[in-house]
Amino acid sequence: MTTTTATATTAIAATGLRKSYGDKTVLDGVDLHVPEGTVFSLLGPNGAGKTTAVKILSTLITADAGGIRIAGHDPAAHPDAVRGAIGVTGQFSAVDNLITGEENMLLMADLHHLSRREGRRVAAELLARFDLTDAAHKPASTYSGGMRRRLDIAMTLVGSPRIIFLDEPTTGLDPRSRHTMWQIIRELVTDGVTVFLTTQYLEEADELADSIAVLHGGRIVAHGTADELKRLVPGGHVRLRFEDPGAYERAVGELRETVRDDQALTLQIPSDGSQRELRAILDWLDAADVHADTLTVHTPDLDDVFFALTAATTADHSEENVR
Amino acid sequence: MSTFTLAVRDSSTMLRRNLLHARRYPSMTLNLLLTPVMLLLLFVYVFGDTMSAGLAGGAPDRDVYIAYVVPGLLLMTIGSTTVGAAVSVAMDMTEGIVARFRTMAIHRGSVLIGHVLGSVLQCLASVVIVGAIAVAIGFRSTDATVLEWLAAFGLLVLFALALTWIAVGMGLVSPNAEGASNNATPLILLPLLSSAFVPLDAMPGWFRPVAEYQPFTPAIETLRGLLLGTEIGHDGWLAVAWCLGLIVLGYFWSKASFNRDPQ
Repeated sequence: MTTTTATATTAIAATGLRKSYGDKTVLDGVDLHVPEGTVFSLLGPNGAGKTTAVKILSTLITADAGGIRIAGHDPAAHPDAVRGAIGVTGQFSAVDNLITGEENMLLMADLHHLSRREGRRVAAELLARFDLTDAAHKPASTYSGGMRRRLDIAMTLVGSPRIIFLDEPTTGLDPRSRHTMWQIIRELVTDGVTVFLTTQYLEEADELADSIAVLHGGRIVAHGTADELKRLVPGGHVRLRFEDPGAYERAVGELRETVRDDQALTLQIPSDGSQRELRAILDWLDAADVHADTLTVHTPDLDDVFFALTAATTADHSEENVR
Repeated sequence: MSTFTLAVRDSSTMLRRNLLHARRYPSMTLNLLLTPVMLLLLFVYVFGDTMSAGLAGGAPDRDVYIAYVVPGLLLMTIGSTTVGAAVSVAMDMTEGIVARFRTMAIHRGSVLIGHVLGSVLQCLASVVIVGAIAVAIGFRSTDATVLEWLAAFGLLVLFALALTWIAVGMGLVSPNAEGASNNATPLILLPLLSSAFVPLDAMPGWFRPVAEYQPFTPAIETLRGLLLGTEIGHDGWLAVAWCLGLIVLGYFWSKASFNRDPQ
């Protein structure tokens, strides 16, 4: 691949991104690479630096160090070229609460220098697409959280940006609104838009993202597809839980190769969750005359990855379990 | 599109947004009008006779005092209206919408220019309202020529522009609307400490410099001279110099504050 094609297909690239406020380092050498037309999810706990990364990439603040290319442009040298290519929906709703939904849309149309007629057409179209036509003439301050977030994204789409930054778009939304938002994001990708999404919900990254980077303590601690990340942590297991400490002790004596948790009275047996292995485990338990009160099959999910990777500050209990 | 066309187009969009806010929520503008109107009525109808007796040692004559106090109150109206600009700028900065503007390929200063132009227009509207009340209770200009009327209008615009830029700077450095309203108190307080209600030479000597070395006194004296034919002297140039100085100061202060990385 030549350099030219590499920049043509790379929507967002960052190397060695650094930012600190006073002596607090927020980003400590972050590298990112997002190909055009894909959904990239930056995953991390609160305070990991996700919002700071979005603010830097979207030209809102400047980085202390590092190289950035957004749609082929350097935000430090040509911020307006970057701004012309991106749309940003920040964590806190970026709508004008004092005016109506429609007026917000027309404001965006004016700032994108659309003609009056074109502006009205785009506004009406997007309001309809985001199910806001009925509320179009009400002040944005009267909108529910989900409606305001939809208006927010609708406003972002007025200029048909090729790259969209969504900073925690579903935080604080009820389950229904969250699913609506996911649907919206999927539709954007169908149109070929590149989406840079931050979230603290692993499920969300798993649902939407083509690739995921886990940000922790200002560094990328892992990146890859959801499946690749899941392979980073030990496989699944079957969990046996006992009500009676006596039964638990007997089972511990009978079964080898298990991970025990004496407080919770549970045992974990490694397993890939397949039917065949499950039957083998059941046969084994019968043979050993072990009768657990509940049996659950646990396949690794991004939560496991997340906790494993961010264990340093979350004072994990999985370490406790593995004795 | 050239930088200039972009600036004009985006600034006029922002001005429309600003006027829409003012039209949708007129309560703030009207609240800010309350102080000068109340003071006008209070000083004319309650203190008027007493105050006029002190002016040039004349007999109590309310009309004399109306003429004296109105120019000061018109400029005070501008001061109090610009507090609204400080508050609305501070409110804007705490809302996500300005973060959105910052990430758009628009003229960078248009947000502030919209606020400034909107505030100047609001100042003029407020001056017209207070002026109309003044005329209704008996204020008349004496022998002002067309040129003097134009100069008076120019002075009001210039003064509104100056105080607005300062107010915008105050709004930008305030963490929230309450903070902005506190920081902008001098804009309401200064006219009370000027020659708006009492002539300079009627003040105690130690206080006179406070009234003299601030923008309201020369502006008030100039407006008085233009509308009523009193001596303007060097106050005309002083007033213009104060306005230009405040405009430059407020502009660069606001620009620097706005361009700083938001938290």
